[in-house]
Amino acid sequence: MLLEIRDLRVSVDGAEILKGVSLAVAPGQVHAIMGPNGSGKSTLANVIAGRPGYDVTGGDVVYDGESLLDMTPDERALAGVFLAFQYPVELPGVRNRQFLKSAMDARRERAGHDNLSAREFDKMYREAVREVEIGEELMKRGVNEGFSGGEKKRSEMLQLTLIDPRLALLDETDSGLDIDALRLVAGIVNRRRRPDNATVLVTHYQRILGHITPDYVHVLLDGKIAQSGGRELALKLEEKGYEWLKEGS
Amino acid sequence: MTHSPTAYETYEADFLRLARRGGEPAWLREIRAAAWDRFAEVGFPTETRGNEPWKYTNVGPIARSAFAYPDDGAADGVSPAQVKALAPWDDGWTTLVFVDGVYAPALSRISAGAARVRTISGAVAADGVAVSERLGRCASIEDGFTAVNTALMRDGAVVETQDDSGRDTPVHLVFMASGASPDRVSYPRTLALAGRNSRLTLVESYVGPPDARYFTNAVVEIAVSEGASVEHYRYMTESEKAFHVGATRVRLDAGASFASTSFATGSRIARNDLNVHIDGEGASCLLKGLYLTSGSQHLDNHINIDHAKPHCSSDQFFKGILSGRSRAVFSGRVLVRKDAQKTVARQSDKNLLLSEGARINTKPSLEIYADDIQATHGATAGAVAEDALFYMRSRGLDEDTARQLLVAGFAAEIIDSISLDALRERAALTVSSGHAATGAKSQQGRAIADV
Repeated sequence: MLLEIRDLRVSVDGAEILKGVSLAVAPGQVHAIMGPNGSGKSTLANVIAGRPGYDVTGGDVVYDGESLLDMTPDERALAGVFLAFQYPVELPGVRNRQFLKSAMDARRERAGHDNLSAREFDKMYREAVREVEIGEELMKRGVNEGFSGGEKKRSEMLQLTLIDPRLALLDETDSGLDIDALRLVAGIVNRRRRPDNATVLVTHYQRILGHITPDYVHVLLDGKIAQSGGRELALKLEEKGYEWLKEGS
Repeated sequence: MTHSPTAYETYEADFLRLARRGGEPAWLREIRAAAWDRFAEVGFPTETRGNEPWKYTNVGPIARSAFAYPDDGAADGVSPAQVKALAPWDDGWTTLVFVDGVYAPALSRISAGAARVRTISGAVAADGVAVSERLGRCASIEDGFTAVNTALMRDGAVVETQDDSGRDTPVHLVFMASGASPDRVSYPRTLALAGRNSRLTLVESYVGPPDARYFTNAVVEIAVSEGASVEHYRYMTESEKAFHVGATRVRLDAGASFASTSFATGSRIARNDLNVHIDGEGASCLLKGLYLTSGSQHLDNHINIDHAKPHCSSDQFFKGILSGRSRAVFSGRVLVRKDAQKTVARQSDKNLLLSEGARINTKPSLEIYADDIQATHGATAGAVAEDALFYMRSRGLDEDTARQLLVAGFAAEIIDSISLDALRERAALTVSSGHAATGAKSQQGRAIADV
């Protein structure tokens, strides 16, 4: 397994948000985690990435055979975990190119490779900027500085493309996107699909699953996985809503 | 009376020695004598009560020290490479280098340009009447530091542009401490006169070797005539043990503009004291500053803008990066007089505190007597944002590297607006190395490429 979550329990300020979540993601797979607001979806994604402020009170998150829980956020990133933020942070004055090259070089260094030359980086950077259809003028600003919500999501996709992690977690990347941007995100997820990596989509809506076919769909309700299944589960949710599962549980 | 006897006696001996030396015109001897009388009366502003301009800055350590007047030949042991290691340098500029306050022609470089650049001593000898009419016009000797500079000034520069002269070769004045012997004092003096509708780019650098203990007491007078524009930079990277008090006094005539950027770091105690007297309609000033303090340093930005005429604008835009147990002060006062209708005045001071022990006293203030004006002011102080740190770390950057990028990003707003390449690059380098030196040791630092 690339990612194995075992009976994970997480509290924030004493309130239990995740109440025993178990999930296994094998290399080559795409999983979707769905659920209503407040079900714990974002908590799950953030705990995997190592965001401070969450108390893990039980269980484990094992990535590539090692527990992530004792690792710092940067160690997790260097190991190959990437979180596309629901609300990407603005970094005024921090230049995009410098930020991205530093991030890529940090990973290369970990893998024992030399830093990218300016020319190598430039080529990859320009291709990625084109792929996510983000204006070059915009990229001259600081990271996400003054970007609209949609532009920030494209910026996240640019980072995902360049960093090319083994495990990508997309935290509601689809929220608030128009259909063109949604297709673009789906295209990036579909193209990155390889036997050695995996993607976990955290989403509220079935909409993006019209463009990405996940191997598994999990429904998170009140801090627990209420049901897992294939893509048909997402369609059923679309038809019946989350209430149907609540009634059944 | 606020001087300690030893220190006072040292200054008095310097003054009497200068007076005996002779060779100076009577008008200059009179200016010195009046300034000395003033200093003898007020001393350094060490009072802890009722001393509003120096409320946050204790100059006791300066007042108690008996600093030595430098000898001729201070520059003898200094190489051009040492100057370039400390100060920004561009072969295309006209650069006058002063070592311990004494002009060093061998280290200086004169490039072709329209501005007339002379040493004060040279200008006094050649053109005494013109200098006598201008020296001390902008800089009042009310304050003890300016008084003692005026009484004991040794050398400096007179920079003049002719009426209607266009964009020109930048003029750079380097005031460097040699550190050859401890506890030297220098009294740089600069007089910049921009003729009507002319343009002048003036850079001042105040630098010294690491660990040297000295005192720089500088006074700069800048008079910007009608329709002229001056682009001014003040680059201060004094040694961490140095003392620096710099008074910049600016007068703007009608339609004149003054854009100044101060970059300040180093010094145990430093004061950047800037007054702009807006004395003509339609004049404007834009004052920017970036200050970086670390260790137990103390840096005081003291700014006064006097709006005396209508339809003028002033902008103050300062940023501070503080670490260790250092302390910085921003005191920006804008006075809008009764006649200065339609004034637009803005003030902003933003600070990044990198440690729990760092402190900022920020005090933007407005004193308004006109009724039809626009004025805004604001000040902030905060730590590096945790969510920004997490975001960067989630991309694989270690915490130190992330902090370093955030600090450089915070500084970029000021640094990137510096139009002179050599200066901008030097300032950016000082920000990144300065932060590394404050204890944020970075293993990935070298991985930060300038791309």
